[in-house]
Amino acid sequence: MPIELKVNGRIARVDDDGDTPLLWVLRDTLGLTGTKYGCGIAQCGACTVHIDGQPVRSCAFPIDAVGASAITTIEGAVGPEADAIRAAWVARDVPQCGFCQSGQIMSAIALLRTAPQPTDADIDRAMGGNLCRCATYNRIRAAIHDAARATATPT
Amino acid sequence: MSARPRRRRRIGCLALLAIVVASQILTVALLLRPRTMPAPSVIPIVSAKVDRVSLRPVAAFQAIDDPAARSVALFREAGRVIQHPRCLNCHPRSDRPNQTDAMHPHLPAVMRGPDGGGEPVLRCATCHRDRNVDAAGVPGNPKWRLAPAEMTWERQSLGQICRQILDPARSHMSRDELRRHMAEDELVGWAWHPGGDRAPAPGTQAEFGALVAAWLETGARCPA
Amino acid sequence: MTDQANGPRGFAMTRRRLILGGSLAGGAMIVGYAATHPAEIGGAILSGGGKDPPESAFGAFIRIDPDGQVTIVNRQQELGQGIHAGIAAIVAEELDADWARVRVIDARSNFRAYGLQGSAGSNSIASNWDLMRAAGAAARSMFVDAAALRWQVPRRLIEVRDGIVFHAASNRQATFGELLADAARQTPPQTPRLKTPDAYRLIGTDRVRRKDSLPKSTGAQRYAQDVRHPGMLIAMVAHSPRFGGRIARYDVSDAWRVKGVVDAFAIETGVAVVAETTIAARRGREALRIEWDDRAAEKRSSADLQRQYHDIAEGRSDLSPEDFAMRGEGAAPAADAIEFAFDFPYLAHAPMETLDCVAQVNGWNVKLTSGSHLPIVDQVQAARAALTLPGKVDVEVVPAGGSFGRRGILPADYIVEAVRIARRTRGRPVKLIWTREDDLTGGYYRPMSHHRVAVALGADGLPDQWCFRSVCQALLPVGGNAQAVEGMADSPYLSTARTIDGKLYTPDIGVPVSFWRSVGHSHSAMVMEHVIDQLARRVGRDPAAYRRQLYVRAGATRRIEVLDTLCEKGGWGRPIEAGWARGMAVHEAFGTTVGQIAEVRMDGGRPVVRRVVAVVDCGIAVAPDQIRAQMEGGIGFGLSAALHGKITLRDGIVEQTNFDTHPILRMSEMPAVETHILPRTTPPTGMGEPGVPPIAPAVANAALVLTGRATRGLPFAVG
Repeated sequence: MPIELKVNGRIARVDDDGDTPLLWVLRDTLGLTGTKYGCGIAQCGACTVHIDGQPVRSCAFPIDAVGASAITTIEGAVGPEADAIRAAWVARDVPQCGFCQSGQIMSAIALLRTAPQPTDADIDRAMGGNLCRCATYNRIRAAIHDAARATATPT
Repeated sequence: MSARPRRRRRIGCLALLAIVVASQILTVALLLRPRTMPAPSVIPIVSAKVDRVSLRPVAAFQAIDDPAARSVALFREAGRVIQHPRCLNCHPRSDRPNQTDAMHPHLPAVMRGPDGGGEPVLRCATCHRDRNVDAAGVPGNPKWRLAPAEMTWERQSLGQICRQILDPARSHMSRDELRRHMAEDELVGWAWHPGGDRAPAPGTQAEFGALVAAWLETGARCPA
Repeated sequence: MTDQANGPRGFAMTRRRLILGGSLAGGAMIVGYAATHPAEIGGAILSGGGKDPPESAFGAFIRIDPDGQVTIVNRQQELGQGIHAGIAAIVAEELDADWARVRVIDARSNFRAYGLQGSAGSNSIASNWDLMRAAGAAARSMFVDAAALRWQVPRRLIEVRDGIVFHAASNRQATFGELLADAARQTPPQTPRLKTPDAYRLIGTDRVRRKDSLPKSTGAQRYAQDVRHPGMLIAMVAHSPRFGGRIARYDVSDAWRVKGVVDAFAIETGVAVVAETTIAARRGREALRIEWDDRAAEKRSSADLQRQYHDIAEGRSDLSPEDFAMRGEGAAPAADAIEFAFDFPYLAHAPMETLDCVAQVNGWNVKLTSGSHLPIVDQVQAARAALTLPGKVDVEVVPAGGSFGRRGILPADYIVEAVRIARRTRGRPVKLIWTREDDLTGGYYRPMSHHRVAVALGADGLPDQWCFRSVCQALLPVGGNAQAVEGMADSPYLSTARTIDGKLYTPDIGVPVSFWRSVGHSHSAMVMEHVIDQLARRVGRDPAAYRRQLYVRAGATRRIEVLDTLCEKGGWGRPIEAGWARGMAVHEAFGTTVGQIAEVRMDGGRPVVRRVVAVVDCGIAVAPDQIRAQMEGGIGFGLSAALHGKITLRDGIVEQTNFDTHPILRMSEMPAVETHILPRTTPPTGMGEPGVPPIAPAVANAALVLTGRATRGLPFAVG
């Protein structure tokens, strides 16, 4: 039986089994390949997407658990926090290989929405589930602070 | 007499080319040798043996005449569940849960937060769902969260745990609520269905609940 | 501004000459190199593959379109190290292009156009420095020629800046686009005049930026994992749990029943499952039943191997060593020699993008899409697997989600696996995906090793005798095992010794090993730098002063300058809060010298690093911000290994399967990093690897100050 998913503001009907992890439906069925596979066990965070605005690991999220909730992937991440985070990422040249960065950015956007002026401890906690093998952590931290400043400034 | 230490060699492009060409020549010969892959055969399914550890039933404790001794014995038996990694991992001594049968600190370093469900910046629900997700090996339950900070069991003796859970100031439960938590709470019940390769708690939740009820009925005596 | 006739150097140029290909290929001007040297006989079988751009008969390194867009074809591989930025900067500098209008695309495999394609030994900038400067300068010269002809003014009065050619005296100017047709008719100079460093406007500045940060921040960057073709299948392979295990029996009947599974069959390395989707491939693989024949498999545990290595080092084996450093009589260690021993584990690369490759086989023709590290090797190995000629293999090289050496192994294991599977799918493209479990248990690790060092000190407190016994598998089947002792055999600390006796044992173990970021330096820096700190303490000397004295004796001037700057910038000798200590290490790898001071405290017996000050001499700094990025990344990568990294075997089975059992460095463990680049005008050397080796000994040396205890192996033990 097809399952309806609300992805980046659109309704998608998919025929995958209900216990299929959302990650593979996004990537294989819907072609949203910005969300990455890195570990498959919710340890690396490369597959992070938002469900009703909350960051989740899509590799450990069966599609039949999504229900009517709205899924947002890196391709559909918009808004002041998303814009500020992306701009800061580019301004600091955060990525190296870049493979983890979709997940890092999705976690960072969610962090700014929860804690608009995060402390270093907040960043350690919130980003602790996103691994970067290139160890771009310092630039990620700096870019989050940059983005927090940018969103705090009225424009 | 001194010889200079030999210079470090680096993999230059020439060396690479040499290796490439050499492997090419070498393998042409190998390739000419026909190799066939084995054909599939039929292998019967061997169901994996599950080692379930049982609990002694309440009846087994009837032989103990002294009610106080029987109560302590019942709690010791229930303690095999209480002090199992499935329970201790979410009754940690700090704000950070443990994980796995080896009870190592949870990765990532998720913290208790205001409601036991994680801090606002990293909630349990980032990774855990209302069920075990076998595809990812990630455990879950609708009530997935940490026990209150006052209910630290990790590195406590069974006696300390016993006195702790009987103290309403720390357990936030009456004795009846305590019995129902142990016997009926679905999050507690997860300990017997943890999914993946996690060892389940001994016995069943019903058997555990019966032990707890019998312990309460016999005066809820605690080990030393 | 002084131009200097500066003939290109290096082997690449001696065999290739600059040639202008396709005057106006598709309306664009192309400047590139064509192979003309007879030594490139391999070209006949190796060439072919892709053509960039398709119109050109030559390998285009630079392409300028009528709208002024400059496209640089990168024959190196973007693995995260930022080579796009460096290559683009080198060309744009000599071309005087508008940096904002410069883009980089990755070359397909094409031997005739690009020669041997591969990134190894941190050589990408070094090996392209002359080549790409000359290409940029040649193109610039052609624009200048065209303008001089059009305006009838002397060549020397024409200047170029940011993509605009101008003649100041007559106030005339033209864009690259406007001059394109004329410029393409000019003959490129074969030895173009190159700028001197004082004339650089781009190189060495922070205007040099990554070209891929935006696509890597929007999810738009396409990796091999993201490739989708119509009709494409996904494959996974069940591998032997033990290295060297073979299939005894296998049953695919249940795998066939999984929805979406298309085929399941045995290949040389295991049982492949081919499916319509990734999840179906994985479910199909889980449904396989396989019995393995382990007769030829490696069945030992790491602890067994370690015991065996200790026996070998102590001469209790029939393995004969080779001498890697000898001076004087190979005397036995002096009675008062100080002895040290180190054990290092196997290490996995664990790039965030697991190994993957898209392969399509149509008769003789093979098409690959891969985050290649050594495309030339992938091309040859794919041809072997498909029984075709390398020239029939077209490799589309895409940026890799990390490699650290894993994508650059000579057997090209996962590429070969993908091709073998694609031979069975009747022309349908196949994307092979390794899971993280496959990746961590799949071998080609940094080899485990054991090192015993004995040092006798002279009356001056400096080493008078060095004795090494190293045990380490060889990385390559042929060509010796020099990588195992690089950084030890050539250490400046050997300079004062009257006798040196360095012996290397190369055991044959069934665990495949290969290059891992910084290769032998990943352990040799720990050996030399931790020993030297302990020697300094033994004679009551400051470790920095002790090092400096040895560098002076060795004439190691680059190390002296790095050390002096390091002490100054890193606050060496200045007070630090109670419970904290500084440790230092200085090491040279791949022609680049790096010094690091780490600020460390101990927590539960494990070091916590809050800050690292690093100094680097890597020749002229082409892309300073990427040098800093590689220093940060190298420190993080090295620290991850020092704190957590190990692959262990139990009865031949790898015990670490995913990031839960194989932790890597997380955000909270990453120290602040402050990088100082020594100003240099010498040719650039690499930066991809040299930041890695010094961090472990720097931390160990700080821990030595705090605990008084030597570190005898990595990762740092808990408790």
